[in-house]
Amino acid sequence: MRRGWFLPIAAALGFSFLYAPIVSLVIFSFNESRLVTVWSGFSTKWYGELFRDPQMLGAAWLSLQIAAISATIALVLGTLAAVALVRFRRFKGRTLFSGMVSAPLVMPDVITGLSLLLLFVAMEGFLGWPQGRGMLTIVIAHSTFCTAYVCVVVQSRLSDFDRSLEEAAMDLGASPVRTFFDITLPIIAPALVSGWLLGFTLSLDDLVIASFVSGPGSSTLPMVIFSKVRLGVSPDVNALATIIIGLVASGVLIATIIQLRSKPKRAKA
Amino acid sequence: MTIARDPTIPPPRRLKPWNAVEKSLAKVGISGRMLVLAAPVLWLLVFFLIPLAVVFGISLSTKQFGRPPYSPLLTTEEGTVQLTLHLNNYIRLFTDNLYIAAYLSSIRIAFISTVITLFVGYPMAYAIARSPDKWRNILLMLVILPFFTSFLLRVYALTGFMRGNGVINQFLGLFGVEPLVMMQTDFAVYVGIVYTYLPFMILPLYTTLVKLDVSLFEASADLGARPLRTFLSVTLPLSLPGIIAGSMLVFIPAIGEYVIPSLLGGPETLMIGRVLWDEFFTAANWPRAAAVAVAMLVAVVVPIMLLQRAQSSVVER
Repeated sequence: MRRGWFLPIAAALGFSFLYAPIVSLVIFSFNESRLVTVWSGFSTKWYGELFRDPQMLGAAWLSLQIAAISATIALVLGTLAAVALVRFRRFKGRTLFSGMVSAPLVMPDVITGLSLLLLFVAMEGFLGWPQGRGMLTIVIAHSTFCTAYVCVVVQSRLSDFDRSLEEAAMDLGASPVRTFFDITLPIIAPALVSGWLLGFTLSLDDLVIASFVSGPGSSTLPMVIFSKVRLGVSPDVNALATIIIGLVASGVLIATIIQLRSKPKRAKA
Repeated sequence: MTIARDPTIPPPRRLKPWNAVEKSLAKVGISGRMLVLAAPVLWLLVFFLIPLAVVFGISLSTKQFGRPPYSPLLTTEEGTVQLTLHLNNYIRLFTDNLYIAAYLSSIRIAFISTVITLFVGYPMAYAIARSPDKWRNILLMLVILPFFTSFLLRVYALTGFMRGNGVINQFLGLFGVEPLVMMQTDFAVYVGIVYTYLPFMILPLYTTLVKLDVSLFEASADLGARPLRTFLSVTLPLSLPGIIAGSMLVFIPAIGEYVIPSLLGGPETLMIGRVLWDEFFTAANWPRAAAVAVAMLVAVVVPIMLLQRAQSSVVER
């Protein structure tokens, strides 16, 4: 097939579209001036400002805790759901179950947020739990939509791998539980890691759902950023964005390198 | 499991503790399957399905002062239970021009952005699918990477790019072009949606395109078809499941988008997600917000079903 010029150019333009705003944001985070778009000399003062802002630091710590707990709950629930969907061919209510698992993936955030808030208020009225809203309610909300993402990731890994390994273990007398922990779990471990990381970043990123289900005094990082950004540009948000982008980029880079390194080893064995 | 056990080999003698537990549970009628299913089913019932029912219920209530700020549906009066349903929220939705305009303009904005995303994403997905093996993973990683950096911060990055004295206008200024007004327009909202949802379009497209058999293109070319003809009559129809899946992954969340119109759009950029937000947070009218949510659900039900179908056919191939 003749290699045209159209595709490479379209791809190059597309990638510059994806990255130009991010790159300019990173560059201007080192700008001295408060006017974010006029360059007036190199400075790291906005980074210092960021680390002296107690509201920002508190919100960041809260968000990290929520993300870690939600991702862990979602990891357990999502893996169980994926095992059920891939391994149990038929069971009552399977269609409803698979719908419930995947619908949160596309459900608009405002609906998820509002529906959970109304549930929490109604539950508080009837059961007296959860009392008020805050970290607990955000964790519940985030675990729910992260479960859907974990399930998708684990599902694809589960349906890829050779089922005869599990059958062999069970033929040798291992119980289904033992088989799961000794055979299945090590094989799907990479999917579990990426599912957890995906849940962690999605929870860290969520603004809309958290705004609905949070209570007074429990503002997450995106909520603080949003209230700052809404008022106009703030250079310390640029600094924060640069830190987050740096962390994420190096994380993804390390993960990719580990993956590439582990491939040749497997081929040898 | 399927291989019959050799009768001369005795079955494993020692029962592991778990096996004993499982047997005693089985006696009561609880299987291992039910234990696996129990936690996710319960969680999703309580925190996903029931909340949607609650939204529907409260949409039939009406605003009142107090805690909670809506009228109860069930009241007990002198020993009898009374059910009071209000339809005023829905009547308002169908008669107030604000809601109708917001509803239609959300669908319009989501649709136009989806089409633009498709036109931007398709050539990219195709280029990645046709690129040499060693490049492919790196390019894919470059598509996924922005998805992992904060959505909110990416929208914020766009504001720095498009504002009056932003990067684009400074660049245009070098050539003596007058600054363009981009922020607070519908145009900025389109750019925002395309920019943030592009990975959702590229990934399913790539998945279908990379599986296409190259010999099909060769056959088509051998039969005398020009590249464009081959694309239109071979590649495009075969990648249809990817097109549908990608488009729905952009269209559905775009309909309910709140952050993008409120940061990039102007005051006249009406979107249903923004209306719901204002109804809830500014007007504190929870039942009305719930009715708006129900209306929004109606708009996304068909796209969700389309998506589910397209996804199962993407997986099957």
